[in-house]
Parts: sequence; C-alpha cells; structure tokens
Amino acid sequence: MTNDGVLRLGFAARFIALTLAHSGTSFVRFGLVIRELYFTGVLSLIIILVSGLFVGMVLGFQGFHTLQTYGSESALGVLVALSLVRELGPVVSALLFASRAGSAMTAEIGLMKATEQLSAMEMMAVDPISRVVAPRFWAGFISMPLLAAMFSAMGVFGGYLVGVVLIGVDEGSFWSQMQSAVDFREDILNGVIKSVVFGFAITWIALFEGYDAPPTAEGVSGATTRTVVTSSLAVLGLDFVLTSFMFRGI
Amino acid sequence: MARVATGNLIEIKGVDYWYTPRRSILSGIDMVIPRGKVVAIMGISGSGKTTLLRLIGAVMKARRGEVMVDGELVSRLDNSGVYRLRRRMGMLFQFGALFTDLSVFDNVAFQMREHTALPERMIRDLVFMKLNAVGLRGAHRLMPAELSGGMARRVALARAIALDPMLMMYDEPFTGLDPISLGVIRNLIRRLNDALGATSIVVTHDVQEALEIVDYVYYMSDGKIVAHGTPDELREMAEPLVHQFVYGEPDGPVPFQYPSKGYAEDLRLRAARG
Repeated sequence: MTNDGVLRLGFAARFIALTLAHSGTSFVRFGLVIRELYFTGVLSLIIILVSGLFVGMVLGFQGFHTLQTYGSESALGVLVALSLVRELGPVVSALLFASRAGSAMTAEIGLMKATEQLSAMEMMAVDPISRVVAPRFWAGFISMPLLAAMFSAMGVFGGYLVGVVLIGVDEGSFWSQMQSAVDFREDILNGVIKSVVFGFAITWIALFEGYDAPPTAEGVSGATTRTVVTSSLAVLGLDFVLTSFMFRGI
Repeated sequence: MARVATGNLIEIKGVDYWYTPRRSILSGIDMVIPRGKVVAIMGISGSGKTTLLRLIGAVMKARRGEVMVDGELVSRLDNSGVYRLRRRMGMLFQFGALFTDLSVFDNVAFQMREHTALPERMIRDLVFMKLNAVGLRGAHRLMPAELSGGMARRVALARAIALDPMLMMYDEPFTGLDPISLGVIRNLIRRLNDALGATSIVVTHDVQEALEIVDYVYYMSDGKIVAHGTPDELREMAEPLVHQFVYGEPDGPVPFQYPSKGYAEDLRLRAARG
C-alpha cells in the first residue's frame, strides 16, 4: 500500500517533469492552449462568478453583524476585501475549479486512454504528452489565477451590494478604508501566489489521474473522484503551508 | 545505420517477449513479411497477436531476438528513430480510436497538420481524396459520435493512410461490424494495399474474411507460431489446432470447457447422495 503510494508519487513527479519538458509545442502552437483555456477557464466562469457573488454577500451580512458590535461598520469594506483576496478568493475558487475543470480534465484524458485515442496518437508519431497534456496544463495554470481574481472582484461587489446598498453602510468609508488598508504586496500579491500554486497543483493532479487511470469505466470514474478529493485536500494543505510562510514576519 | 534492402519489409528472428520471466507471451517467433503482400496473423484471443503488432510498431521492445522493419533494427532505435519509423506506418485500431473532439475532416487531417508543412488548401484536397477512397467524402463535417461503427472504422482507415504509409497494421478490423460494413472493410484492406504499394498485416480471428483477401497466414497459439502458409494451404492443413480454428469447431485441441474441477464435484453430487 505504502509502496504503491510512493511509486505513484514517483510516476506523478516524472509525469510533471515530462509535461514541462514537452511544453514547447504549447507555446509554438498557442492555439492549442487557447482552445483549452476556453474549456477550463471560460466555461468555469459562471460557477466562479455566481459563487463569488454569494460568498461576498454572505461576508457582507456576517461582517456587518460582527463589526456592528464594536461600532466599526465602516470597516466592512476592509473585512470583505481582505478575506477575499487573502483567503477565500484563491481557496474557494480553487475548490470550485477542481470540481468543475479538474474533474472534466481527468475524465476526458481517462476516456481518451480507454478508447485508445492516446495509443493511436502515439502510433501516429505524435507525443500525447506534448499534444494533449501540456496544452491542458498551461491552460489550467493560466486560468486559475484569473478565475480567483474574478471571484474576489465579484465577492467585493457582493459585499458592497449587501453592506452599502441593502444595509446602508456609508459608501465613502466602505471604499476608502478598503483602498487604504489593502496592501498590494502583502495582500493581493500573496493571494495571487496562492492561486498560481493551487492552479499548478490541481492541473497536475487532474492530468496525472486521467493519464494514469485504468482504461475501464470504473477506472475513469475512480480517477475522477480521486482528482476532486486529492486536489481539494492539496489546496487546503498548501493553503496552510503558504499562509504560514506568508505570516512568518508577524 | 546501413539500410539492407531486401524483399522483406519485416523480418522477425527468434523473438521472445514476457512481462515476468515466468509468464511468457511470445516465444521463438520467426516471421517474414514480404513487401507488397497482405499477411494475416491469426489465432484465438490471448495468443499473442496484438503483442506482436506492438513489437513491430515499437510500442514495446522484444526481450530477446530481432525485429527488423525496413532494414532497421527496431530495438536499437532511440525515441526520435521510433517516431520517424512510425510516420511511415499506419495502424487501424480495433474500434477506430478516432479523436472524439475532432470532426471527421480534422481526424484525417491530423497527421498531415502534425508532420507536414503543407498549406491548408492542399491538406483539404488530400483529406477529400482519402475520404473518397473509403467512400465517406460526404461525411467530412460529422463528429465521430454521429458515425456508425462501420463508418467510424472507415474514417479511421482514411486517417491511417493519410501519409501514404509503407506498412499498414490492422488490429482486429472486422470485430463487431455488420456484414455490409465488414465486406467494405475487407475489400478496402486489399484495394488500399495494392493502390498504395504498401505492405499490410492483419491481426484477426475472422478466418473466412481474412482468408479471402490475404496472401499469407501465420497461425499463432500460446505465443508460438504453430503453422503458416497460403490461405489454400491453411484450409487443407491437417494440424488439429488449425483445423479447429479454420472450421470453427467448438471442441478440439482448444477445449470448450475452461479448466476446472470435476463436474460432479462442482455439483456436489457425492455430498447429496451421502
């Protein structure tokens, strides 16, 4: 059991190394990446935007409720924005990305393997890693931070809707406090770093699970489940590690 | 490497293959496939036919012995050598293995776009020529999911001959086809081989279909070649294994029953009596 786990980890490491080494085609023929960007990024937009809006609105309610106790409702903008750009934006959008795009990637590649499409490609002297895997990897890697950014932006808007429009917090202090309290390097850049790392991890896991799936119906369904479970746990674990590094100065 | 131009496109000498030394898949295979011929490799399921095809396509390497394709020793080729060799091979997979995210046209154009710098206009003409050869020019806009099994196999055939290969390999091309599609595929295999000046290997257990179109047959059982000859020779052969296979007899050297304990014992007859 442990041996198998270590063995798979080794395969996964070789797999990502090969994917990175065979990424030349993806950059020379960027059209391949753009096509995948549509499937992983654009098609995930709806779920990301709607979720971002709701998370932001809930933050508006909860934040107002707590801040009111201390008479500092005007800091609602800061609370909403910091929660989103530092934590919720990267983490929640990564979890959604894993279940929306990651599972689709695994299922697609697993089925391509089960229906011998990957073998056929290899017999046509086309390397499936550079033609199928690498463009999907870069598409996931690029779209994840963008989706996280849109999640956060939508969340801030949701917080504004509830806080300012619905409850009536002062609009000027909502935005001005947010502007003065959110630091580009400390808050936004750290959030972006998180989402880049999550994007790398999720896409790696999803592609490897698909490529390594046993070529049967159960094999592909098992691999899809593993993608969602493993990448969700990886996102939460990595979030802790990254946050602890980012807080080291405190 | 010096090319040895012989009359044989493929020469296999003393090839053994195993996954674990205790379980042999192929042993002592000797085989020659002359240029321009259509050769069948027959045998019951699990006799090692597909493995042999994979050795020729350099998907796997022989544990012992030599596989020569067009004068090149396959086991000595590095990765780029293998890919160079494969560009001159076409393979038809059992269920076609069409790329489901590409249309019929794009499937056939796939290799041309990947391996050549031909302008798109020329690719278009070539794709239509290949599709015309399999009678599916009119279906170029369809997606693989919209094709019947027989049509998918024909599109896959058009894709396999896209770069005019010197060697065509067919892995169970007749499986699961209706009689009309089966007849179409059977005739196409012969016609395309002769029109392209290629050499073809057909791995199959559809005896009657194959015997009608091939020039020579190798019969495999349990990882060994047990008989070979022209279709006529095979039909006349007294070898019990071949006879059972060619005439589809349910029982013979290949038993009807999977090895098991005694029937009476399985039904617990003695226990019931006691």
